[in-house]
Amino acid sequence: MNDTLHSHEAHIEHPGYGTFIRVWLLLLLLTAGLVSLSHVSQTYAVWGLMTLTPLKAGLVFYYFMHLKYEGPVFKIVVLVTLGTLLIFFALLFSDVAFR
Amino acid sequence: MSGHVHRDDLGSRLGMWLFLVTEMVLFGGLFIGYSYMRYRYPAEFHHGGMELNATLGVINTLVLLTSSLTVVLSIVAVQRAEKQRAMAFLGTTLVLGLTFLVIKSFEWSAKFHHGLYPNSAHLATLPPGEQVFFGLYFTMTGLHGLHVIAGLSVLGVMLWWVATDRIRQDRYIHLENGGLYWHLVDVIWIFLLPLFYLAA
Repeated sequence: MNDTLHSHEAHIEHPGYGTFIRVWLLLLLLTAGLVSLSHVSQTYAVWGLMTLTPLKAGLVFYYFMHLKYEGPVFKIVVLVTLGTLLIFFALLFSDVAFR
Repeated sequence: MSGHVHRDDLGSRLGMWLFLVTEMVLFGGLFIGYSYMRYRYPAEFHHGGMELNATLGVINTLVLLTSSLTVVLSIVAVQRAEKQRAMAFLGTTLVLGLTFLVIKSFEWSAKFHHGLYPNSAHLATLPPGEQVFFGLYFTMTGLHGLHVIAGLSVLGVMLWWVATDRIRQDRYIHLENGGLYWHLVDVIWIFLLPLFYLAA
């Protein structure tokens, strides 16, 4: 199944240079947004951290790391990991809240 | 042995991703630790963040984001059999990665000159919350720095393999996996920037 020809064919729909350059420009823009928000006030900085940072990470995962072009197994592996971390985060803070 | 060579690029990439999620859990644990400590010592973390050079943090972000772009462009170049271009992109990535480390070393040595380093006498005089802040700062940026060094070593080998045609249009899974590692190093820095440098 996995001879050279086959794996090459399965990969035929490659994104070009332009796609990645546009994502990079968007990442620069989001970084500029994050830095400007941090200059406004602490509240804005925290909101920027909670929204723009995951968005930037998501863009790198989805485009640069080709997650967009992978099958569901790859996405599930990543989501399960992030879900596990979220559970640990929630468990820690539920412990903190009821101390 | 026939001419048929068994290859499983999908399995190879999946294996790389499984390794990468262990890295995500490693840094994720530190991020969770950071969030609790920041909740517990908000004033000290604010003060500690002011001591850091946000400009250098932002410049290093731009450097790493751009290096991430050049890695992914090198894969496009290999897919199109543009060998020289692929090597130029990978070379640029190596230069940018080294630039990141040089800026980082300037930043750390400035901290050392101010007596801020793990287990220093000056650090011991600071309030507990600031000791925790700098403890996390050196641990997380240090561990990230080690990952940058590891990533650069891997990408150096990739450049050599592109040059010697071991990586080419019909066979570039190693470059893809090396690139995946580099992007994860970039993602971790995306989180480190606001947590430490923009925290104040």
